[in-house]
Amino acid sequence: MAEATPRPRPKPFSIPRQPMPEQPPQVRVGNFREVPFGLTPDLAILEASRCIQCKNPQCVKGCPVSVQIPEFIDLVARGKFVEAARKIKETNALPAVCGRVCPQEEQCEMPCVLGKKGEPVAIGRLERFVADFERVTGNVVVPGVAAPTGKRVAVVGAGPAGLTVAGDLVQLGHDVTIFEALHKAGGVLMYGIPEFRLPKDIVQSEVEYIRKLGAKLECNAVIGKSITIDELVTEEGFDAVFVGTGAGLPYFMNIPGENLIGVYSANEYLTRANLMKAYKFPESDTPLNKATNVAVVGGGNVAMDAARTAKRMGAENVYLVYRRSKKEMPARVEEVHHAEEEGIEFHLLTNPITYHGNDDARVVSVECQKMELGEPDASGRRRPVVIKGSEFKLTVDTVIVSIGNGANPLVPSTTPGLDTNKWGNILADQETGKTSKKGIFAGGDIVIGAATVILAMGAGRKAAAAIHEYLKTGAW
Amino acid sequence: MFPILETKEIAKNVYLQRILAPRVAKKRKAGQFLVLRRTDNGERIPLTIVTSDAVEGTVTIIFQTVGKSTTEFARMKPGDTYLDVVGPLGLATHIENFGTVVGIGGGIGAAPLLPIATAIKAAGNRLLSIVGARTKDLLILEDEMRAVSDEIVVTTDDGSYAKKGFVTNALQEFIDRGEKIGLCIAIGPVPMMRAVAEVTRPHGIRTMVSLNPIMVDATGMCGACRVSVGGTTKFVCVDGPEFDGHQVDFKELVMRNRAYLLEEKTAMERIEHKDGKCMGSVAVPVGGGN
Ligand SMILES: Cc1cc2nc3c(=O)[nH]c(=O)nc-3n(C[C@H](O)[C@H](O)[C@H](O)COP(=O)(O)OP(=O)(O)OC[C@H]3O[C@@H](n4cnc5c(N)ncnc54)[C@H](O)[C@@H]3O)c2cc1C
Ligand SMILES: Cc1cc2nc3c(=O)[nH]c(=O)nc-3n(C[C@H](O)[C@H](O)[C@H](O)COP(=O)(O)OP(=O)(O)OC[C@H]3O[C@@H](n4cnc5c(N)ncnc54)[C@H](O)[C@@H]3O)c2cc1C
Ligand code: SF4
Ligand code: FES
Repeated sequence: MAEATPRPRPKPFSIPRQPMPEQPPQVRVGNFREVPFGLTPDLAILEASRCIQCKNPQCVKGCPVSVQIPEFIDLVARGKFVEAARKIKETNALPAVCGRVCPQEEQCEMPCVLGKKGEPVAIGRLERFVADFERVTGNVVVPGVAAPTGKRVAVVGAGPAGLTVAGDLVQLGHDVTIFEALHKAGGVLMYGIPEFRLPKDIVQSEVEYIRKLGAKLECNAVIGKSITIDELVTEEGFDAVFVGTGAGLPYFMNIPGENLIGVYSANEYLTRANLMKAYKFPESDTPLNKATNVAVVGGGNVAMDAARTAKRMGAENVYLVYRRSKKEMPARVEEVHHAEEEGIEFHLLTNPITYHGNDDARVVSVECQKMELGEPDASGRRRPVVIKGSEFKLTVDTVIVSIGNGANPLVPSTTPGLDTNKWGNILADQETGKTSKKGIFAGGDIVIGAATVILAMGAGRKAAAAIHEYLKTGAW
Repeated sequence: MFPILETKEIAKNVYLQRILAPRVAKKRKAGQFLVLRRTDNGERIPLTIVTSDAVEGTVTIIFQTVGKSTTEFARMKPGDTYLDVVGPLGLATHIENFGTVVGIGGGIGAAPLLPIATAIKAAGNRLLSIVGARTKDLLILEDEMRAVSDEIVVTTDDGSYAKKGFVTNALQEFIDRGEKIGLCIAIGPVPMMRAVAEVTRPHGIRTMVSLNPIMVDATGMCGACRVSVGGTTKFVCVDGPEFDGHQVDFKELVMRNRAYLLEEKTAMERIEHKDGKCMGSVAVPVGGGN
């Protein structure tokens, strides 16, 4: 653990923020390997020594799960990487994932005092570094768990929310089984976020960690079909159920031609590419259509992932069609930047209105119209308004619709008494995850709508605490 | 891991397989399907559950070898295992007493029809069945269908067995002789289902068809299986597989099922290559499997 001797503090701003070495754009568009290589130990120590160890650290307030940021960074600065990883794991079970995909620039790094005058400490890169160090050097230890309580909990969905709940509850001594509909655990981390941004073996080693803690995992179990929530309680004897089924219902725009061949939802495109490994076809059996000109509709992280995947699948031109301006794009700045570097062509203030097909019903072009920004709408972003007579066509052979995901109705529709809102999200208390049905908790994207990994984990954390309380007291 | 207990060729390129999958066996209802994956690089393949035995914990599937995955499935012997079996999926068939029901199974479509026909009969309906195939070698489940039917007509397109003609000819004869048909259920190749829907439409006979689009997750997450029904988009894996045949856009379904013809050819060539021999011609039904 940290030594008592004080470490010499550098003068703030005397060291610049350390850049992360990464694959050059021309190289990486030709492979599915991870883009950034990660920090070296030397760079990590240098970066960590930039942190001035604030008495009242603002960074922690920006972190949805309150990682002890100054403490872990101090350990890094002292070269105690494994200890640093364990410090993070006290509050965040998936640091290798969060270090890669959290929107740090809007969370911990935004309020960092160094950012006021210069650049904030690269907290995310350090998090990633120590998690990788711990894993790669084989230093992952499984903490002891509490004595068995005799209580059984079913967790539905093995995404970040479900995995977090499971990890916390097994440590508290409960008997936990995770039920996952797909053949691999991880949720969006497996089927959505591409390999080049989050290697799948890292996700699987995080899943393995949860299993080593003692949670059971049953894949290929579609709750609501294979077995219902009520049956988990009545027939299988679970004392509580956590529903973390995510936002897995693809939205379409309902415009003409959307069912033409070559028009994919981002979920389908990314699932084929990531989970089913279409990039290895024919070595793997699931194909993706060969595409030359691809339009990706949308401006979020999902759209960036789809566009960058299409490029790697061999497309010559990838157009990103987004109806507002770059400023309103919900995607992370880093992802937009990576996409631009990789040659994704941005068609901003542009909206698709019709897809045209050939005699084989394959999409051949997308008709778009130009937009301009009007007054802000309910979302606070300036509302796009159609410019009359601005229609034009883009020649494409693939379109990837990435305009968002809604709540999958499978669980709510088969669970009487489980209330949802008008968008189909399960109604649950934000602090406890309690739903309208006794003993049933919910959290993550299925409750708040498509959000982030860390928010899903935060919800899992709170729900685990509430489930523990409920199992102890029986009080609802 | 899901072990196979039995594999048997029941017609040309048509195989029956019994798989140990207790959870699925316990829950399944007529009209539902499962998803199979053989290896870690494998595709997720949807197939109808023809029968199940909850006590033994087994499910039975019947499938035609159309491409790489089904061809590899057919070679699996007792003791071999599937890596993944997911199910039961899709909505169960809505069963009630409709009076007289006509059940039509074309080709491999007799397999998904059998469990539905059985349930229809058990609900007290009078069941008139039509089972057809292009030729005698492709005809399946005649005896099983006969056993649950009040009356059965068997047709072959080429007249190599039973009555020569299409299943629609037999249906027209039922209509012409004045049968009051409460429901018609047609399962088979897309063109056949479309033809049946056109025969019943002028008579206002309610017609259900079971659709077989390309699927990926089969849980409503990807949208690959979307079809247009009555002008709105439906996901067959969760909203189906059965739909009102008078509302389905069959043309779109046929087209969409051709999406990967090129890639599937590559995949097939690969297994032929690996075997060092030609597989011979593999039946590629227009618009796909059923
Ligand atoms: C392409 C893409 C890129 C993204 N990029 C980022 C990013 O860079 N940073 C970030 O923070 N967030 C990102 N997100 C969002 C983030 O991934 C999600 O907010 C997060 O995964 C939500 O976690 P969850 O546990 O609630 O649900 P999910 O991750 O969706 O997991 C739900 C799990 O439940 C399973 N399931 C669903 N229904 C059932 C059922 N009936 N029975 C059993 N299992 C079921 C699903 O198969 C899935 O495995 C991205 C999302 C996508 C789609
Ligand atoms: C709900 C449902 C139930 C089904 N039940 C049965 C059944 O009981 N028996 C049976 O023999 N088949 C059934 N099918 C069809 C079966 O899934 C396909 O034949 C199989 O996926 C083809 O896989 P393959 O890799 O061997 O062939 P591929 O090489 O992938 O495809 C060969 C041909 O089949 C078409 N095709 C590809 N995937 C599908 C698909 N998922 N569905 C339909 N056509 C497809 C292609 O367009 C191509 O023409 C069902 C399909 C669905 C959606
Ligand atoms: S706010 Fe920045 S400088 Fe201060 S403790 Fe946090 S990371 Fe270090
Ligand atoms: S197969 Fe993915 S939604 Fe139906």
